[in-house]
Amino acid sequence: MRTLATLKPGDKGTIINVTAPNSLRQRLYDLGLTPGTEVDLVKFAPLGDPIEIKLRGYRLTLRKNEAIFVILEEQKHD
Amino acid sequence: MIKVALVGNPNAGKTTLFNSLTGSSARVSNWPGVTIDKKTGFYKKLGEKIEIIDLPGLYSFNPYTNEEKIARDYILDEQADVIINIVDATNLERNLYLTTQLLEMDVPIVIALNFIDVIEKDNIYIDMTKLSNLLGVPVIPISALKNKSLKELMANVLLVSKTQRLGKTIIESSCLGSILQRVTNLLEKDETIKHRNYHAVKLIENDHYELAMHPELASFVNELKTLEKDDIFHGDYAGKIADCRYKFITHNIKKIIVFKAHKPKINQSLDKVLTHKFWGIPLFAFIMFLIFHLTFSEDLFFFNSLGIIKEGAFDFGVFGNSAINSPGVILFNSMDLLINYIGSLITLATNNSAPWMQSLFVDGIWAGVGAVLSFLPQIIVLFMFISMLEDTGYMARVAFMLDRLTRKFGLSGRAFLPLLMCFGCAVPGIMATRTLKNEKERRLTILLSPFFSCGAKLPIWLVFGAILFNGQYTDLIITSIYLLGIVVAIVTGYIANRFFIKSEASPFVMEMPEYRVPKWLNVFARSWEKIRDYVINAATIIAASTIIIWFLTSFSFSFQMTADSRQSMLGVISSFIAPIFIPLGFGGGDFGWVFVVASFTGLIAKEMVPSTLGTIAQVSGDVLQMGGSELLSSPLATIINTLTPGAAFAFMAFNLLTIPCMASVSAARVELKSRRHFILTLLLWISISYVSGVIVYLAIDYLIAQIVFGVIVLALITFLIIERQVKKKRGLTHE
Repeated sequence: MRTLATLKPGDKGTIINVTAPNSLRQRLYDLGLTPGTEVDLVKFAPLGDPIEIKLRGYRLTLRKNEAIFVILEEQKHD
Repeated sequence: MIKVALVGNPNAGKTTLFNSLTGSSARVSNWPGVTIDKKTGFYKKLGEKIEIIDLPGLYSFNPYTNEEKIARDYILDEQADVIINIVDATNLERNLYLTTQLLEMDVPIVIALNFIDVIEKDNIYIDMTKLSNLLGVPVIPISALKNKSLKELMANVLLVSKTQRLGKTIIESSCLGSILQRVTNLLEKDETIKHRNYHAVKLIENDHYELAMHPELASFVNELKTLEKDDIFHGDYAGKIADCRYKFITHNIKKIIVFKAHKPKINQSLDKVLTHKFWGIPLFAFIMFLIFHLTFSEDLFFFNSLGIIKEGAFDFGVFGNSAINSPGVILFNSMDLLINYIGSLITLATNNSAPWMQSLFVDGIWAGVGAVLSFLPQIIVLFMFISMLEDTGYMARVAFMLDRLTRKFGLSGRAFLPLLMCFGCAVPGIMATRTLKNEKERRLTILLSPFFSCGAKLPIWLVFGAILFNGQYTDLIITSIYLLGIVVAIVTGYIANRFFIKSEASPFVMEMPEYRVPKWLNVFARSWEKIRDYVINAATIIAASTIIIWFLTSFSFSFQMTADSRQSMLGVISSFIAPIFIPLGFGGGDFGWVFVVASFTGLIAKEMVPSTLGTIAQVSGDVLQMGGSELLSSPLATIINTLTPGAAFAFMAFNLLTIPCMASVSAARVELKSRRHFILTLLLWISISYVSGVIVYLAIDYLIAQIVFGVIVLALITFLIIERQVKKKRGLTHE
């Protein structure tokens, strides 16, 4: 399954669902990670975790164990 | 008088706007019942006096944290006449999310569109009229940093304060519109309910607080919801409503915001360097080195260490001896001169009074006040640097880079800097915990602060290191003490997180703010606020505790002044309680009381520990100035060598981990705010240091204990590994 945690720096993805437990899920929605939103993975922290993403014109960081809950659309192969 | 509340996202410039509007009239207190800053001040430039309340920064009104609950209750209880919603123009989309919630409340709102100067520079154009029409409230473009259009903003606030405003919601025109309509109708039957739109939306969201307020409506609302089908949210209406809000914003924003030309931002190239995969952390280490160097170094330009200037070449007093001092040291030396000068004046003035009186003033009161003052210059310098790093946005990057390390302590990356400070001095370290957003995290960081051995504790390790094992392992002994502190911090953090703080497992999700040039006034204001709190508190705690310890060391129980420590009250008390420390190895024997006295005097300042030992051992000269061989042949060595190696280490461990000096204690008192947490922290310091002391003593001196501890540690490690594996497996099957 493709999630925010499987992206590499420079990758893009479109959110289809957020499966986090209640309060974290709401926090992610509140910050704009709603279904349909496009996110860019900007970079990993020097130690590999957390990650920095870009969405809705601003940048956000979250840990990988939080990013796994953000489910992304499967990539189209043409 | 009109009451105006500032509401906005974190990083939207709320504090800057608040400072610009209120100037020196700002006062910080606590919200009732919680230990979160409440800032109030007055705006006086218009005819009417306007009180401004700075509400905690928040992303939404879903009350998951205390901060959000405070802001929500404040507005719903109609305590404010007008809300200024400060919106970051550079980040319109996300900032308007909060606005769509705010608009649902029955209160006049003015939108302050901040950073208007920044977006003009970036060639972005925002149509104010369209935005204002869309939201139905006035929108005033401002720059809080440059004091631009603030008068216009306040004039509008004054204007709308005379009006009434009914809440509107964007949910009306969404797919949830019909449900909303029916819930609102229900609420309308009750005339007393204000903020109907807001409550209706919250009911649909299944908000706990809301359902508790209208339990009779819960089943009706749930029934309505079953009529709707949806494949994405599966009945998570809070998520669905969040989605509606963002859809509304993205749909409308295209007509409002025009990007004239894109140009690469300095921001991004700066960020590439500062958080670089390889250079990011070394660069941070260098910046930290620079800050410590500018604060503590006695050789600012490395003239002396590079041999450019010879020893004894010149002596510029406070500015340096054969080298140039750093600004921090110059201030420190100047303060020292001043303290000594005032001290000598006090000695002079009390020459004609009784010896105990003179001693009270010189060794008691002034020694205490002087101790606070002497700390001050370097604390101010350090704290200014921290405020600056915070305001530029670099601190968020530090948190980002080091989160993985601090997670081992059960803390987020933000706690790294405060903890690092503690290796220098715990006072600015504890003060810097205010940059932590989470209150529990702040308490834990303060609890861990003494475990990071500070500069004043080094003399203890140096003296013991020089004497133990005939001074063969000085380096090893010092290193092991520093490591011991770190290990205890990790274990404490782990236990605290696992058993006490486990609740909302504070997520790291954090906005990365844009880099900004700090506003000097803000940096000064914040540092001053901090220092003022500290000095007021320190003056009382430190002065009182020094006087008590002075009294106990200078007098015997027959209230005679005595020079013999053993006859003094503290000596007698220490002999009495020394047996408590027998499990740590150093409480028994002829000299047990000596080590207890030294631990007590360490509460004034930790370098007093070796000084006191030296005084009691009747060492001639200053212990802190002596070299290794000198110490080894001094009477102090005889006393320390009465301890077994285990007991000596236990004594060091105890002094490292126990209640720190009074300066740190008063800083902790200021930051912890609640008396209960303060006392709890003191008790934890005592118990952690005691238990660690016992473990260290037993583990070093007794083979049996080594075996037992070894087995326990192995068992724990195995348990943790198994637990992790089980969790991993569960995680896999879950997916």
